[in-house]
Amino acid sequence: MPELRIERSADGIQLHLPLQEQGLIRGLAADLVATLGEAPADPSLRRLSPPAYDDETDEKGYREIMGAELLNGRLQALELMAATAGNERLSADEAEAWLRALNDLRLVLGTRLDVQENSLLDRIDSDDPDAAGLAVYAYLSWLQEQLVEALSE
Amino acid sequence: MTTTLAPVEVEQPRGADDVELDRPWIVIVWNDPINLMSYVTLVFQKLFGYTRARATQLMLQVHNEGKAVVSSGTREKAEHDVSRLHAHGLWATMRQD
Repeated sequence: MPELRIERSADGIQLHLPLQEQGLIRGLAADLVATLGEAPADPSLRRLSPPAYDDETDEKGYREIMGAELLNGRLQALELMAATAGNERLSADEAEAWLRALNDLRLVLGTRLDVQENSLLDRIDSDDPDAAGLAVYAYLSWLQEQLVEALSE
Repeated sequence: MTTTLAPVEVEQPRGADDVELDRPWIVIVWNDPINLMSYVTLVFQKLFGYTRARATQLMLQVHNEGKAVVSSGTREKAEHDVSRLHAHGLWATMRQD
């Protein structure tokens, strides 16, 4: 088991990402920021905005009121995560941004890869054309488990 | 005769509307294969102030039964709760009970 990247300590949430992983996180965040801005209808984004209402008119009203705020919140969280990827410590606000941004990355990647509840991520077949994507998904899930545990203590 | 009945006829539909408006809205979270169980529990605690035990119970209900009602109230409150759940990437919907 590799060394943990996110831990709780007496003075808050400690982060220690190796340089290569910092680059990966920044790249993934930048990619999702770009997709949200340039291709908002991309099917991989659908899990980020599930309908609130069954009724189409009600749903349209909800999107008009909440859509921009939800999108801005996502963009800010992704940008804050990218900006703090090299930090050794996360403030409460930064940890909250990481929590949401990591989850958004997992939702989009998991949708693209059609991840199922019983998908076996600890045994990724290197011949699988999705092997690289699944490895990133497993990595993000591993990070998020650590962050959730640190915040739940 | 008609002058005494007329107001009653006007009152009836208004009364029915009031009952309709008073019915609470419920917020439902649906199971999905991506959100981590520990994450969903933490979000329920954070957004609704539920204890760890209550949040875990609701998360397990979502996981095992496919959905759970996590909050209820006026339409405005339900919409606020749904938007906070959406901000955290949970699959939440709302409807009048």
